[in-house]
Amino acid sequence: MSQISKRNKALTVKPLKASQGLGAALAFLGFAQAIPLFHGSQGCTAFAKVFFVRHFREPIPLQTTAMDQISTVMGAEESVVSALATICSKNRQQPPALIGIPTTGLSETQGSDVSRAIQLFRQHHPEYAATAVVTVATPDYSGSLESGFARAIEAVIQALVPAATTAGTAPGTHPRQVNVLVSATFTAGDLEALDEIIRSFALEPLFIPNISDSLDGHLDSSEFNPLSSGGTSVAALKQAGNALATLVIGASMQRCGDALKQLTGVNDYRFDHLMGLAATDALLLTLSEISGNPVPLRLERQRSQYQDALLDCHFSLGMSRIAIAAEPELLHGLAAQLLAAGAEIVAAVSPTNSPLFERCAVEAIKIGDLEDLERLAGDNAAELLISNSHAVASAEALGIPLLRAGFPQYDTLGGQQRCWIGYRGGRQTLFDLSNLLLASERGEIPPYRSIYSQKGEESSPHGQAHRHSTPFTTFTQPAGEAVDASRP
Amino acid sequence: MTVMTMKQKEIAALLDEPACSHNQKAKSGCARPTPGATAGGCAFDGAQIALLPIADVAHIVHGGIACAGSSWDNRGTRSSGAQLFRIGMTTDLTEQDVIMGRGEKRLFHAIKQAIDSYSPAAVFVYNSCIPAMIGDDIGAVCKEAAQRWGIPVIPVDAAGFYGSKNLGNRIAGETMVKYVCGGREPDPLPPHCQREGITVHDIALIGEYNIAGELWHVLPLLDELGLRVLCTLSGDARFHEVQTLHRSKANMMVCSKAMINVARKLREAYDTPWFEGSFYGVADVSMALREFARLLNDDHLQQRTEALIAREEAAIFQQLQPWREKLQGRKVLLYTGGVKSWSIIAALQDLGMTVVATGTKKSTEEDKARIRELMGSDALMIEDGNPRALIELVRQYQVDILIAGGRNMYTALKARIPFLDINQEREFAYAGYRGMVELARQLWLTLNSPIWSAVRQPPPWQAAQPLALQMRQQEVSP
Repeated sequence: MSQISKRNKALTVKPLKASQGLGAALAFLGFAQAIPLFHGSQGCTAFAKVFFVRHFREPIPLQTTAMDQISTVMGAEESVVSALATICSKNRQQPPALIGIPTTGLSETQGSDVSRAIQLFRQHHPEYAATAVVTVATPDYSGSLESGFARAIEAVIQALVPAATTAGTAPGTHPRQVNVLVSATFTAGDLEALDEIIRSFALEPLFIPNISDSLDGHLDSSEFNPLSSGGTSVAALKQAGNALATLVIGASMQRCGDALKQLTGVNDYRFDHLMGLAATDALLLTLSEISGNPVPLRLERQRSQYQDALLDCHFSLGMSRIAIAAEPELLHGLAAQLLAAGAEIVAAVSPTNSPLFERCAVEAIKIGDLEDLERLAGDNAAELLISNSHAVASAEALGIPLLRAGFPQYDTLGGQQRCWIGYRGGRQTLFDLSNLLLASERGEIPPYRSIYSQKGEESSPHGQAHRHSTPFTTFTQPAGEAVDASRP
Repeated sequence: MTVMTMKQKEIAALLDEPACSHNQKAKSGCARPTPGATAGGCAFDGAQIALLPIADVAHIVHGGIACAGSSWDNRGTRSSGAQLFRIGMTTDLTEQDVIMGRGEKRLFHAIKQAIDSYSPAAVFVYNSCIPAMIGDDIGAVCKEAAQRWGIPVIPVDAAGFYGSKNLGNRIAGETMVKYVCGGREPDPLPPHCQREGITVHDIALIGEYNIAGELWHVLPLLDELGLRVLCTLSGDARFHEVQTLHRSKANMMVCSKAMINVARKLREAYDTPWFEGSFYGVADVSMALREFARLLNDDHLQQRTEALIAREEAAIFQQLQPWREKLQGRKVLLYTGGVKSWSIIAALQDLGMTVVATGTKKSTEEDKARIRELMGSDALMIEDGNPRALIELVRQYQVDILIAGGRNMYTALKARIPFLDINQEREFAYAGYRGMVELARQLWLTLNSPIWSAVRQPPPWQAAQPLALQMRQQEVSP
């Protein structure tokens, strides 16, 4: 259980948090022919769009109810109805399968009744009955991207997965199908790897949701797509009740798991994350149990590769001082994997608190921003930082390398394709962290030239001439500073 | 009950900008947005974009995390020194703050924290939707904080729901004129800056954001001519520079509509003449320099300006020649957001390219007249640039390259259309004479890339495949 220090300052500086609404939009984008519709001012959508376009380097379908002064004061239900109708009418040939409506700080503070607006839409526009509409309350004054994602999936399950009694579904009717609830932590690359792992047990995953089918960065044959270009189909959700089992992956998805289980009666297996040896072992054991098939040799081989990587990396990772600033689940997963590899988590910052931290092995977690992270990482002499692209400047200021993880990643390419899970993804994490640490030349001793030296003036490998300006002070320098001196 | 700090009347006054020829037309420049079919930012977005480049100011967003969390450190603007503007700051309101009405208190302490931690030249407080709705009086908080801590604290009241990004630009400009401009006198000219026979004139550039550092392509020319830029609004600006804006002797409006109210108000209040110009394209750079010389009414400056133009144009003509040979006759579809269409058209024509159509959604009537002058009276103007329509135009006119804002980049790429980003997030500097070479390079880089045939090619086994093989594959795959 981690010691939590709560936010204790008025101003958030260098924010680490991304809003709940962003998480909800991302979740909706994991369904096929879907489009998120923010109920807020047009800026809520514009900012979200830029955020995701820069992260994924993909066109992102997103719309807005465009609340203005009049609708803000007079009531905005009509804006919701007309936005829904406009989106449907613009896509007559291929009507949206799902419009997801995350609310915003504006519409929540104003007190919009979105459910009532959806009722009105249904009354006035029976012609668009084929389009599912799901709303979720995601004001930006609580939670963060991770919780918003989970809330949206919970809302989708409640709205679109029929109860077993009414739909006539029964667990195990589809003996190879497993429902897989996955959280915001999972990249497109993670989901591809997870898909492969599950299929290797001759099981068929139904991912809820599946951004690896919509936001994996692929080139479609169609030139333009106003809706999500892939993802879990809304129709498939009706089959969730026939699955053999459900995997609930990601600690933030607990309530989604509860909802699905209650509706369908399908037995579920829960995992906080899939990073590192123990978590992957647990997943494979479960899959073997569910399927009745042995763990494939290929995965056993990958396990032995992970073990080998642990050996190779433990010289550099052992006792390495890592700082992590990330959403609760990502923080927890990375920390578990790294602690098991011998690293120390010397600074941990999360944008929000989470019940997950009650079972997190990190000693102390600060609820805060990247300014807090810089202070903690500096005070505790962190040697490496894991966080999103906003932390580039922090890593520079600290003089330590950065491994990018989480949202947003806008200054490098391919972040969304990176795989962190399973033996193979985990092994890559070990290699990358080790390589960053090796390149940062920790513990290198600054050259010392004896005052009696006969070597004379010559240039060092770094192009600086050795001087005898401070010959004796080197002895009194603490080890920490010597490390600093070798940093660029 | 909703309380808005900014009065309806004030917003209406800003929308009805007399210097903006848009308003003489029946169609207002700032119509209500359509729910479900709206692109573009809100008033807060516009205000933040307009002022964020003021580099030594602490920019505090008063609101929930969505406003600052998704937008901080997110623009291509560059500073030559102070980097404080790149540090995102927000009150990051919690549910308790909203319910208990603790927003003002948090803001007050937030201002103190920013001052204590970062010693800013000033603090700007951006209002946003939540505090505007719950009735936080940010004006009063800023006033109190300024008195208590002894540094300027400026309220920028442009909550998102007040209107569009453009309205936010204007509110930002208005705020600078009202609270900052006139705050101090310009520094006396240092002796080492005096040159024999050159009278130094003070000027200002309004609506220049130093995207990708492109202002630095132009500044050396202004230096050479003896034009001291007292202040840009707001690229690479400092707070104490903005305070001297009122002493400018000639203002250039660089981004047409964004801050037109600033130029107008400065003329009303300080009698400063202004002109609308652009630093894109050889002809327009020269034109801008000439306009300054004309407005400043200095014969010697005019002579030196002509000499500089002759020298620079000759040099750039030489440098562009190889590019012009490559780009000659290539067809462009131009769909710009804020950057003026007419100026880019001229620049592309300088390179020998043909502009077949241009976006005019944000263009004023004057802009459109200039476009007709350049492209002919039958110039194709695009009012509604939805992605599908743009792609259709590209096909219809056999366009070689789409030039647009970053928002349309992935639309173009998914349709396998060569693309150049012209908007605020771009990474390359196109302004000034020297910027033209970079523009040409970037155009050629995408136009001439070997990738286009590869990304259009279907897999070879789909094109002409023996039937037997196809069937065998179907058996194998599930």
